[in-house]
Amino acid sequence: MLTFTIRRLVLAVPTLLFISLVIFLLLELAPGDPMAQVPLTVPPEVKEKMRLALGLGEPTHIRFFKWLVQFFWIEPQVFIDWMTTKSAIASILPDTDFYTPCGVGAAAECDLRILSWQTRSPVMDIVVQRLPQTLWVVGMAYIVGVLIAIPIGIYSAYRQYSVFDQAGTFVTMIGFSIPPFFTGPLLIVIFSVYLGWLPSIYDTTLKVVSWDTFVIQFKQMVMPVMVLALQTTAQISRYMRAAMLDNLNQDYVRTARAKGLSEAVVVMVHVLRNSMIPVVTVIALGMPAIFGGAIITEEVFKVNGIGSLLIGALFANDLPMVMTLTFMFAILIVLFNLIADILYGVLDPRIRYD
Amino acid sequence: MTEASTPRIGALQDNEPPKPHRSRGADIWAQFSKHKGAMLGGGFLIFITLAVLIGPWLWGVDPQKLDIRNKDIRPLWSGLFSDAKTSWARPFGTDNLGRDHMAQILAGGRASMAVGWAAMLLSLMIGTFIGVLAGFFRRLDGVLMRLTDLFLSLPILPLLLVAVTLFRQPLRANFGPEGGMFILIVCIIGVTSWMPTARIVRGDILALKEREFIYAARSIGTRPFAIIRRHLLPNVLSPIVVSATLGLATAIITESALSFLGVGFPSDFPTWGKMLADAVPRMSEYPERVLLPGIAISLTVLGVNYLGDGLRDALDPHIRGR
Repeated sequence: MLTFTIRRLVLAVPTLLFISLVIFLLLELAPGDPMAQVPLTVPPEVKEKMRLALGLGEPTHIRFFKWLVQFFWIEPQVFIDWMTTKSAIASILPDTDFYTPCGVGAAAECDLRILSWQTRSPVMDIVVQRLPQTLWVVGMAYIVGVLIAIPIGIYSAYRQYSVFDQAGTFVTMIGFSIPPFFTGPLLIVIFSVYLGWLPSIYDTTLKVVSWDTFVIQFKQMVMPVMVLALQTTAQISRYMRAAMLDNLNQDYVRTARAKGLSEAVVVMVHVLRNSMIPVVTVIALGMPAIFGGAIITEEVFKVNGIGSLLIGALFANDLPMVMTLTFMFAILIVLFNLIADILYGVLDPRIRYD
Repeated sequence: MTEASTPRIGALQDNEPPKPHRSRGADIWAQFSKHKGAMLGGGFLIFITLAVLIGPWLWGVDPQKLDIRNKDIRPLWSGLFSDAKTSWARPFGTDNLGRDHMAQILAGGRASMAVGWAAMLLSLMIGTFIGVLAGFFRRLDGVLMRLTDLFLSLPILPLLLVAVTLFRQPLRANFGPEGGMFILIVCIIGVTSWMPTARIVRGDILALKEREFIYAARSIGTRPFAIIRRHLLPNVLSPIVVSATLGLATAIITESALSFLGVGFPSDFPTWGKMLADAVPRMSEYPERVLLPGIAISLTVLGVNYLGDGLRDALDPHIRGR
């Protein structure tokens, strides 16, 4: 298993490089000119200089290589410097000074970070600003969704075709069938417009310092979390139910019952452990999908997280931002695929990788 | 002579006639028809398919015709509770440009269903093919799963948005505005949504090919493609069917999401997603304009999902007959 993990980790490097190349080339093909918004009165030679300042003068392969250096070499330097100087955890370590910023009066050898075309500020700084909102809303929604889904799936399968199973299946089916761009506006009209209980817009500037602000934070998180959690619950509980059904009729379950194990042990230990194998994979694979799905939910509730950052950058033709964000998603996905595969092998001895 | 000398042993007697032989299809149908949700879902799917196929022909109102004098007509049921402006000629009301809502729902459904079916079939074929190859042939496993990882690692919605803006012009020039968009959306959804099917099929094949009956088939000299066709594919049929229904549902929702974000079909061509998106700003005054397309999407997807659930139970030989 260790060799498998190491092999996969080594394999992940070319995979990621290839993915980054694919995204880069796709964006390279994308129509639209970053200079399109510049007024026509600007002379062409000035425009050409502006283009060079955006880093567009070089041929494609040089720009790709530069982006790779910026992403894998310069941004980690900035991160390490930040860790050792400002962060709470690692600031006991001696301060480092790997990164030399560019600017007026800077040294000749300075490090250029990935800059957004919209704001001319480093992409990573904006990502760090947007990340907490997404982690809170989307992450919380995922946790809530999984916690609801697993018991529903187990009990639905155990009592197949019972009233609970029919009701549970119906609720999860509804969750699966109603898209977030319908549930979102629907919830806003019901709970914000008619009832007036919950705010329709997520206020990012709110700081939780007291009980009152906590209540406000809780209220504004309810609707987006519910919209997202409904999707997760629906998906995971369906897989959970299917996996449980596959295992409940196996011979080993009959053997376990025959040797006198209690029903709780049979279901919760023997069947559940075997049924969790595919479900763990689905949970791991669903994490990036929740980022993609969160684009619409973040749009509807005006949560300025990563999803809305990505869609804003895409519509504004901010290619460095789109490139960096999509590649960060790609890293996450490759990582979670690896985790899912390792768990699959650890949990199921029938799967042989080596 | 022989009859008299042979003692009749009670346990060997057949006292009841043997049950009539039942075909596999009849078994599946018997199990399927027990599932009320699946029957309802399948019925609704057939109903909505027929409605969007022959509905525009029966209703005969042009969904894109502007009728500015008859704008903002409320649906008939609004007239029951208030003195809202209703009209028998416009049972579902009209929008802010006077376009007939019922005709729009029917035309929008036609687009959504066509995209859904085509994209689902495409992604199913790609997914099953790659999943079987990766699960069965160890040599191909690494390459194909890296390919799957690669596709799974591409964030789908941004990719869809980029691709739609990229290839819109050439396809429109060749196949017309609607036909070009249809091909583009179907291909993009199909090419970006086969991965779950492939992974599920591969996982099942990996577990199945260590089973005794595959060893037995191999030991009598069955060739690999015969094993796949005769022994493996029937055993992975139920996950394929489940992911087919999931795929149809996802394709309909993805198409609506694209329309909702405003990058789908041309702006005068109604689809459920675009009708919903257009109605959201005036939702508190005219809730039916959001509710009707939203409910249409949701009910269709709900029907498809229930159908898949019933099919799953009916197609699985372990469950059938219990």
